[in-house]
Amino acid sequence: MTVTVLLFASYADAVGRSTIELDLEAGATVQDVVEHVRELGGAKRLPPAPMVAVNEQYASRDRELRSGDEVALIPPVAGG
Amino acid sequence: MYSAIVEHPIDVAALLNRVSRSANGAAVLFLGMVREMNDGRDVTGIEYTAYRSMAERELATIVAEAASLAGTDDIAVEHRLGQLAVGECSVAVAVGHPHRGRAFEAARYVIEQLKQRVPIWKREHYVDGSREWVAANNSAPSALVDAGGDR
Repeated sequence: MTVTVLLFASYADAVGRSTIELDLEAGATVQDVVEHVRELGGAKRLPPAPMVAVNEQYASRDRELRSGDEVALIPPVAGG
Repeated sequence: MYSAIVEHPIDVAALLNRVSRSANGAAVLFLGMVREMNDGRDVTGIEYTAYRSMAERELATIVAEAASLAGTDDIAVEHRLGQLAVGECSVAVAVGHPHRGRAFEAARYVIEQLKQRVPIWKREHYVDGSREWVAANNSAPSALVDAGGDR
């Protein structure tokens, strides 16, 4: 299955891109996505347990993903 | 209730107008402004970016929570994105309520939750030409409320 990973702000700078398409095994979780992304060049600067949103809602590490999900890695927010 | 992520200067009078009704004896307006100095460094401006669709959704959720807690639907908030100069308004929260206590509380709730939950990021630009993503929001304890009680 395929999921779309979105990166923002400092995470996008670290990895050098803001969107990644990932092919994953069925049953893959948010944690699997984080590990895949951290294997990319530059991504070692990402924390091991970033905040994550799935389809625009904050999600836990063990959340199981479905094909077509949008998984966003959320750097510490700094609005206001 | 109204919430929006915008890319133009915030019209604070229009925002205040959204929450003003004859039943409301109080209106509170909070403005977040770009400060000239942060952590001892001279700032020339701030660039705001967002996960926009989620930011809009999260902001609307926060406003609905505040409305439920405070018992008023007269809450309006806008957060601006893009390049802002020192002194410009980045966020505005307006709350109307029959009484001031709830109006203050609801405004405080919205801005504190926004700073913790809404996926918006800022990159400060400094006088020396460098720029850096701001790591996170510091919490701001409400010492005045704790010390002063209800006056």
